[in-house]
Amino acid sequence: MSAPAIELRGISKAFGPVQANKDISIAVQPGTIHGIIGENGAGKSTLMSILYGFYKADAGEIFIKGQPTQIPDSQAAIAAGIGMVFQHFKLVQNFTVLENVILGVEDGAMLRPSLAKARKALTQIAAEYDLHVDPDAVIETLSVGHQQRVEILKALYRQADILILDEPTGVLTPAEADQLFRILARLKEEGKTIILITHKLREIMEITDTVSVMRRGQMTATVKTSETNPEELAELMVGRKVLLRVEKAPSNPGAAVLEVENLRVVDSFGVERLRGVSLHVRQGEILGIAGVAGNGQSELLEVLGGMRSGEGRIRVNGEEIDLTGKHSDGQSRRKRGIAHVPEDRQEEGLIMEYMAWENVAFGYHHDPKYQKNALFMDNAAIRADTAAKMEKFDVRPPNPRLKARNFSGGNQQKIVVAREIERDPDILLIGQPTRGVDIGAIEFIHEQIIALRDSGKAILLVSVELDEIMSLSDRIAVMFDGKIMGERLPSETDERELGLLMAGISGEPEGSVAEAVAEQMRKKEEREAEQHG
Amino acid sequence: MDKMPAWADAILVPLISLILAALLSSLVILGIGENPIDAFQQMVQGALMQSSGWGYTLYYATNFMFTGLCVAVAFHARLFNIGGEGQVALGGLGVALACLYIPWPHWSLALLGSGLAAALFGAAWAFVPAYLTAKRGSHIVITTIMFNFIAASLLNYVLVNVLRPTGAMDPATAKFPEATHLPSFQEMFSTAETVMFRGSPANISFFIAVAACCAVWALLWRTRLGYEIRAFGHSESAAKYAGINPVRITIIAMLISGALAGMMAINSTQGEAERLVLNASEGAGFIGIAVALMGRNHPFGIFLAALLFGFLYQGGAELAFWSGIPRELIVVIQALVILFTGALDNMVRMPLEKLFLAMRKGDA
Repeated sequence: MSAPAIELRGISKAFGPVQANKDISIAVQPGTIHGIIGENGAGKSTLMSILYGFYKADAGEIFIKGQPTQIPDSQAAIAAGIGMVFQHFKLVQNFTVLENVILGVEDGAMLRPSLAKARKALTQIAAEYDLHVDPDAVIETLSVGHQQRVEILKALYRQADILILDEPTGVLTPAEADQLFRILARLKEEGKTIILITHKLREIMEITDTVSVMRRGQMTATVKTSETNPEELAELMVGRKVLLRVEKAPSNPGAAVLEVENLRVVDSFGVERLRGVSLHVRQGEILGIAGVAGNGQSELLEVLGGMRSGEGRIRVNGEEIDLTGKHSDGQSRRKRGIAHVPEDRQEEGLIMEYMAWENVAFGYHHDPKYQKNALFMDNAAIRADTAAKMEKFDVRPPNPRLKARNFSGGNQQKIVVAREIERDPDILLIGQPTRGVDIGAIEFIHEQIIALRDSGKAILLVSVELDEIMSLSDRIAVMFDGKIMGERLPSETDERELGLLMAGISGEPEGSVAEAVAEQMRKKEEREAEQHG
Repeated sequence: MDKMPAWADAILVPLISLILAALLSSLVILGIGENPIDAFQQMVQGALMQSSGWGYTLYYATNFMFTGLCVAVAFHARLFNIGGEGQVALGGLGVALACLYIPWPHWSLALLGSGLAAALFGAAWAFVPAYLTAKRGSHIVITTIMFNFIAASLLNYVLVNVLRPTGAMDPATAKFPEATHLPSFQEMFSTAETVMFRGSPANISFFIAVAACCAVWALLWRTRLGYEIRAFGHSESAAKYAGINPVRITIIAMLISGALAGMMAINSTQGEAERLVLNASEGAGFIGIAVALMGRNHPFGIFLAALLFGFLYQGGAELAFWSGIPRELIVVIQALVILFTGALDNMVRMPLEKLFLAMRKGDA
């Protein structure tokens, strides 16, 4: 066997008292796809930042192709043949693909020769790796999937042999993710080495040759993907047995509690974000809204939760509710029995600088049992209530006086979920319930949602994680570009069909899937640009 | 985990900043050929060693408590109200009208009435910028500072053309009636044998300022309104989620803020000058910003910071009077204290946080 493309020996890195990486050793064989999987905060990103020269390791060595190598900055990483595709792209939005590719590696003060050289090189790369992007397209006109390709092109143009991708599918539709995986497979065939960082077990199983698991800053195992299974990997990630499938009885829906008719929302730039959405949720059922982020799901939740006004009709328990006036705020919604776990717990669901007990009263601070008298709040009562909720939802540490920002993502989310579910609402709106939440807490939160459903409540679930939608929902509605593309029963659909709906395609496309997807994306962006102007 | 214990954040950081400011001030004093130790002694002597010095220190501190609270309440709603000057000026107008045109039978009733008028006028002056911010999205810093200028011009007009007694030469109101005279510390604390706080302007308003500190604390941390104000200040999007009306909170926070600034006038206008003069705020509106910053926007911190700035004001005046150090240099020293305790806060805080982290790591 030849020398590993990258080998790390005993890498450690601490931030203050937090040991982000502890004695990590890993060898990545050339020409393979090596997955690194772990929960949020397990230290994956820190490790990759060390490899790309953003951080300096406290201890340990890096070997590239058998040579000990120092990587003090990203220039050195590029020189060593390492290319990085970040989760959030580093592209200049109003530059063309070509201009972005040469950015930082121009040959001289005049751009023309560099551009010409890059154009030639890109044609070559496109042919070699089957990686086609129009070099003269301006970035902001490209779909997210294509922007990601530009990032890969940038790395290849800088002669990267080792490509690191950080959570690359987070922003992609399933169809786009499949295309990405095909590109990665092709790159591997051509001898490139790829490191794929993800928290999605499915992706690891689908595409990697070897997988390393990280937990709490340590590398807990490195195994051949063919010799493992998702259950084992989950156990390695969490440190205990985890239930990956959600166990639930068939739903037994009752009367419709929430009815939405022809809902429209125009944002502050004049762009229509909801374009006539109609749906209903019944007692004892979970309606899952699938869709790629930014297709109107957030706006739907915000109107229902009283954070934004809209046009149309919404009925709760048969009574129409106010969408624009005095009774359209969050307080009025809560009085109607609507609880809301917002998509972004750090910006909306919690006040990060508030202590846990202050957050447990948040939104319900008018509750008479939280008031001592007409003048003062009963802080002691809120703290007692918080302690009870923390116990019931296993929030750790169970300290009501700790600020929200000092809890882990999973425990923050448990605080929000406890606050909302314990109100025994008629309707629960829940957005991205498990984003940035560790697997153990995901399991717990899913159980709570199912339990609420089984007690006869109506639940509207919005998530960009298709797995989550498929496993929790009793019915699935797919949103694209501010409209419901269709409704399916989980038992009668599959990821492929949902993926196409998420890209705005109902039925089988005539030509290639990729072209149809690109066409829909383009239409959507054109409409938005037009209304924006 | 918090980066350092609360006591270090609340006490150590300002203390170190203060020491740094004192050291730098010493260098400046040395630079002009004076002895910094003598100067410091002079300041302490003049401001703290006699009861009359204390009388001045507490008088200034009373002003700064009101304006510091004014800045702090707005700040908790993430509104930077730098319109204290204007709100104080209008508060003074309210006090003057209440004192001059209502025949009060007793000072206590006069204080009640003038305090209410001061708060109302200050709040009304803060209302316009608050409304523009809440409804029209104007920037509160711009509007409040512009309202300072408008207030100054308005007061100028009113004093010269409306309230000036016929025949008087200076732009000021007539002296307030005797019944509105507030008990000074001298009258309150002197016994038959010893005269305390001789000739100093400190008066009963000091206790009102202390009560205001307590009230603001209770408002912010014990009432639902305070809960909503702080929530809105930390995160507007979260406040919206919780159904807290941003327009309402912005306006209410600014009204309370303006009322607190306006109430400073019962100390300076009714308690000390006993008539309304031009520029009655004496810059306290701006000092309030530094006081609030140094006091971490907490009423108790503001109480301490106001005392410190009161000391600096009175000590500085003594220094200018008794030593060869020019008055401008006193302003430099005061500026250095504001610079270090306010603006350069992070310069001290960050190394200190690192130190605490390192210490904690040593323990672990």
